Amino acid sequence: MPAAPRSAHAFETLRAEIHRIEAGGRAPKDFLPFGVDVLDNGLPGGGLALGALHEVAGGGNGAIDGAASALFAAGIAARTRGQVLWCITRKDLFAPALAQAGLAADRVIYVEAGDEKAVLTCFEEGLRHGGLGAVVGEVARLSMTASRRLHLAAEDTGTIGIAVRRWRRQAEAADFGQPTAAVTRWRVSALPSSPLPSPGVGRARWLIELIRCKAGECADFELEACDETGRLALPAHLADGSLAAPAWQKRAAG
Amino acid sequence: MLAADAAAQALRLNPGMAATQARALCAELIVQDADPAGDVAALDQLALWALKTYAPIVAVDPPAGLVIDVSGAAHLKGGEQEMLDDMITRLARAGFAAQGAMAGTWGAAHALARFVARPTISVPSDHSGRSIAHLPAWALRLPGGMDDALRKMGIETVGEIEAKPRAPLALRFGPELTRRLDQAYGRTAEPIEPVELPELIQVRRVFPEPISAPETLARYTLKLVEALCIGLEAKGLGARILDLRFHRVDNRIEAVRVGLSKPIRNIKTLTRLLCDKLETVDPGFGIEAMVLAAPGAEPLTWKPVASDLNQAAIPDVADLVDTLANRLGAGRLYRAAPAQSDVPERSVRKLSPTAMATAETWPEHWPRPARLLAHPERIEALALLPDQPPTAFTWRGIRRRVKRADGPERIFGEWWRRDGEVDAMRDYFQLEDEAGERFWVFRRGDGEQPSTGDLSWFLHGLFG
Repeated sequence: MPAAPRSAHAFETLRAEIHRIEAGGRAPKDFLPFGVDVLDNGLPGGGLALGALHEVAGGGNGAIDGAASALFAAGIAARTRGQVLWCITRKDLFAPALAQAGLAADRVIYVEAGDEKAVLTCFEEGLRHGGLGAVVGEVARLSMTASRRLHLAAEDTGTIGIAVRRWRRQAEAADFGQPTAAVTRWRVSALPSSPLPSPGVGRARWLIELIRCKAGECADFELEACDETGRLALPAHLADGSLAAPAWQKRAAG
Repeated sequence: MLAADAAAQALRLNPGMAATQARALCAELIVQDADPAGDVAALDQLALWALKTYAPIVAVDPPAGLVIDVSGAAHLKGGEQEMLDDMITRLARAGFAAQGAMAGTWGAAHALARFVARPTISVPSDHSGRSIAHLPAWALRLPGGMDDALRKMGIETVGEIEAKPRAPLALRFGPELTRRLDQAYGRTAEPIEPVELPELIQVRRVFPEPISAPETLARYTLKLVEALCIGLEAKGLGARILDLRFHRVDNRIEAVRVGLSKPIRNIKTLTRLLCDKLETVDPGFGIEAMVLAAPGAEPLTWKPVASDLNQAAIPDVADLVDTLANRLGAGRLYRAAPAQSDVPERSVRKLSPTAMATAETWPEHWPRPARLLAHPERIEALALLPDQPPTAFTWRGIRRRVKRADGPERIFGEWWRRDGEVDAMRDYFQLEDEAGERFWVFRRGDGEQPSTGDLSWFLHGLFG
């Protein structure tokens, strides 16, 4: 088929043209790869867009406690450069855990904003400043207007904004279905940890669902939680490509 | 005898006593001549200290008082009550026994500080009048002799004066009584004539016509900041505290104060910080003069900055910290740093966001939960003694079977902090339930010695 290469080329030029129009005179976006191929290949640009707003929520009880989602956000923030502003309303975030997820204590400035509205203004102020590596805000409600403001502020300065969605009650978590201006939307839920040969708790595992991705496809991933440099990893049995149980085991069981 | 503190009053020494009488009561009494000029000078010094530390409008209230208008400045100390406590504590540390009151009017605060405060009291602005009703009449700052005359009429308290018809009172005692009463109740304004620092860098702008529109105020704020920055640059200084005072046509002064984490003379940053606060200013019938001063200024010299030749410098975020701190209060922004303690709730201390990097970190080989509950929550757990993790536990009414567990991590009480912790111990376990959710629980006690704890189980944190 001689037409195929030409049409592919036409698509490429068209895409570049659209990107140029979308950027509207701003510098092209940078991307922050996760360093996990299955994850990066699914994302346009090969990673999380810097200068954009991203949303993370926990699944199940994580929607209320927001423990895994906070660590996921910390892992992303840890791999940026510069200081990180973390806007909170509830004071239960435990700094040593962030340090274990790769986000050194010296890099994080916490802001205890009194209410959600104050969190959003601090969030936006942080994104507009431009000197920060990342800005994380813990909010329950995030309207289209509010998220649009945040996204535009992030676009102007190239700072990555991560909204950790966290609700007071399970019923309110249905709010996560409402549309926002965020570029990607993630849901992180805890899975049983990696098995160890001896009794004990292994490295935490997460079910990471990419629920929404602008110019990309949704996907689910089962990954090992952030290590001390903020990187996720493929579980060992998947990395080796031996997902199915060995045949001899089946025979022994049957 | 001019005044008597608590120790003197315990010896029944009272102000107004003759020196011989006082000597008779206390043989070791050291007698010195009164030094009114020295007292006034000391009070002036104290007023300047308060001006530099607390609020833009401070005045001396002789013989032994200060009046401070904290509106627009209290947020820098975390609130009105916090500011008052801070003031009294610092004065006590310097050897002054002081009493303070926070109220809606000068008159009410004056009375409360002298008659009620032990050592501080704070009443909401709209309760000022009600809170002084039970105080004796002379709490109203009346001229000498008037309270005796009031007592002859059977009037003892402020509330009783307030209840009487006004015209006969004014006829009998002159306008002074009703004026003081109105001032205490907030019905008439009482301007405060603030003290000024002698070496203060300040710029003033007087308007031919009163101004009040917010845009106009913002425009003149910019002009004042420009003028101030020229003054600062000439002296090689940067501002740490900025006061902007608005003199209203009705002789009241509105003020805003802005604190900075490091000396700055950047016009854009300073204007922005001041303009953020303009909405708290009530222009009333108009503003006829604006004064911008820098009561706190520190040397600021030019410094070399890193260029692109080597690695780009990490951008400075001090201006962002200032913006947020002035909006929310300085205590709301912090960095976490390790504290020398193994007890989880004590292992984090707060640092100023612009403090030097410590490069310290917590031990990395012990698992720590992403969310730490403010108060450990009691759980029902089933476990083998002495050191097995629970096999099942119930938290918030939900029973969970433990699939995997790790522990114990033993943490000892800190006997040097509290007597109750001499033998106390906690054994921490990391538990994972069937769904994969991970919890941080602990048992009080080591499971062998009853003195180390009562073996009850608590949930303290949630892992991500």
